[in-house]
Amino acid sequence: MCKQTVLELRVNNHPGVMSHICGLFARRAYNVEGIACMPVNGGTTSKIWLLVNKESNLDQMVKQVDKLEDVLEVERHDNGHEVFSKMTEFVQ
Amino acid sequence: MKFSGAEIIVKLLERQGITTIAGIPGGANLPMYDALGQSEKIKHILTRHEQGAGFIAQGMARVSGQPAVFFATSGPGATNTLTAIADAKLDSIPVICITGQVPLSMIGTDAFQEVDTYGLSVPITKHNYLVRSVEELLHVIPNAFRLAASGRPGPVVIDVPKDVQTAILEFDEWPAPGRRDPGPELIPAEVERAAAMINAAEKPLLYLGGGVIQSGTSGDVLALAEKGNIPTVLTLMGLGILPHDHPLNLGMLGMHGARYTNMAMEECDLLIAAGVRFDDRATGKVAEFCPNAKIVHIDIDPSELDKIKTATASVTGDIADILNMLLPLVDRQARADWMERVASLKAACPMIVPDADNPASPYGVILRAAELAGNDAIVATDVGQHQMRTAQVYPFEQPRQWLTSGGLGTMGFGMPAAIGAALAAPDKTVLCFTGDGSIMMNIQDLATAMENNVNIKIILTNNNALGLVRQQQDLFYGKRYYASDYARRVDFVKIAEGFGIATYDFEQCEDPAALLAEAMATPGPAFIHVPISPDEPVYPMVPPGAANCEMIGGEANV
Ligand SMILES: Cc1ncc(C[n+]2csc(CCOP(=O)(O)OP(=O)(O)O)c2C)c(N)n1
Repeated sequence: MCKQTVLELRVNNHPGVMSHICGLFARRAYNVEGIACMPVNGGTTSKIWLLVNKESNLDQMVKQVDKLEDVLEVERHDNGHEVFSKMTEFVQ
Repeated sequence: MKFSGAEIIVKLLERQGITTIAGIPGGANLPMYDALGQSEKIKHILTRHEQGAGFIAQGMARVSGQPAVFFATSGPGATNTLTAIADAKLDSIPVICITGQVPLSMIGTDAFQEVDTYGLSVPITKHNYLVRSVEELLHVIPNAFRLAASGRPGPVVIDVPKDVQTAILEFDEWPAPGRRDPGPELIPAEVERAAAMINAAEKPLLYLGGGVIQSGTSGDVLALAEKGNIPTVLTLMGLGILPHDHPLNLGMLGMHGARYTNMAMEECDLLIAAGVRFDDRATGKVAEFCPNAKIVHIDIDPSELDKIKTATASVTGDIADILNMLLPLVDRQARADWMERVASLKAACPMIVPDADNPASPYGVILRAAELAGNDAIVATDVGQHQMRTAQVYPFEQPRQWLTSGGLGTMGFGMPAAIGAALAAPDKTVLCFTGDGSIMMNIQDLATAMENNVNIKIILTNNNALGLVRQQQDLFYGKRYYASDYARRVDFVKIAEGFGIATYDFEQCEDPAALLAEAMATPGPAFIHVPISPDEPVYPMVPPGAANCEMIGGEANV
């Protein structure tokens, strides 16, 4: 089984959103292994992909992320996501 | 219409029904203060510290259930608010802090009194805003109110750069005030499953906390307890949900709960947890909490479910809606064996209240003050032994009567929160039980109490020590009292007099009961000084990290 999973978030696009999301993981000592972010919808919202380890409190993390006011949608890809397979090429 | 950002803020606050704002002005929020000065609907309470303003807002919000607002300037004004905001976050209290910020063009330049208020407040707010244009105010302010009050309530920070406050906006229509959203749609199968488990349980217990008070549903909770004959334990935040003398009310659980209360929990076969978060001060060692029980967990915040203890069944939603659906599904049951077992536990291991009849003793003064204040009084505390004693013995009658810093345990909460309570409920008596350590943390706002002539009765049990810390050193650190006794005494009576507050000193007083009665009968702020010994532990006590069955002290017949 894959030890990592990808969370795909749709969020409001403004300067504070990243600190909300990253802070949430950081203060629970939950490491974010990879991150990608691109604006969509002409820039009013963004997509964020987070590559995280499947730790025991992942469900709790997802619920916490979902609670953030600026997070509009959370999707979980337990089989990975091609955003990160493509990004891997840059760091080989 | 054409208004400045500052005028828009004040008008929107008026439209939200705000009538009182505590705070302190400074360079970066002066436009807001100038606009506030023009308001005929909002009264400003000038505090002596921004933390005091935050706790005044909390006092108002805790008593009224409605969001309350406070103001601070940028930089040190904003950093001074943080403890009060973090406190509101942990106790889910709807307050809105509006701070001034340096002008947009200067953000990030280390300008005078610039601090990253947005960044500092991210982890301690439910949500926060840095307003980037005057147009944004029209949705940020109502949205802040909606967020603070909806779902699980909490604090919101709105940081407003000075140039946004002075910018002029032309617009056609005011936005609608922000209100609490209706609770999420219930899943009937979840409620049915919970009902079935309740009906099948032989020894169920209700475990209720602050969330029940937030959803304003204590009448239905009582009906549920009575219909199923389900004994009820309350968290520190839940005191007042059931009247203290209701036969099904087993009082506060946890670290300083009565012996029989924690013992009943050991035996229950079903724990119906509503509006609680399995805080460690309530549960003790989690693995051994209610070892024989299945759990039904009811909460509006899905992230609380399965966070500490995995529930057998959970129900997400507003507790008021859930009870509405649940109540008809729960069977009327006598549960005679369980009632009898709980009664015998209570008889064998009751709450022991030392020196209850002496009005000058640590417990006695609480009981006597309660008697004099009547059923309607509001009770605030600081943090320490006096807080735990009040929680243990005060005869609470109703929700929103009890104001204490539960989650953060903030010394300095009590007196300003009491001021806020008195401002929100001017016709009531507000008691504030405090300690000589705690009162010092916000003592400057005695001036605010005096200026506004609020009807608060501050009862200081003075052991010249950080009592609760000292008690831990006594029990768990070989009586090595280090940094918990004060080397010298300060004259609190003189200090209070200096602030222009009526004082009543139990020191060398022949008839403390009469003195207390006089203090309570005289309207306006009063400061009652009660010298006590530092060697008066609060019992029972569960050692931090131990299971709730490992209580120390408080046994009958010793
Ligand atoms: C701001 C803050 N600092 C430190 C503590 C740790 N603490 C908890 S209780 C306590 C002692 C409180 O002393 P006092 O207010 O005199 O009350 P007592 O226990 O004597 O009744 C301390 C220092 C705290 N809760 N809050």
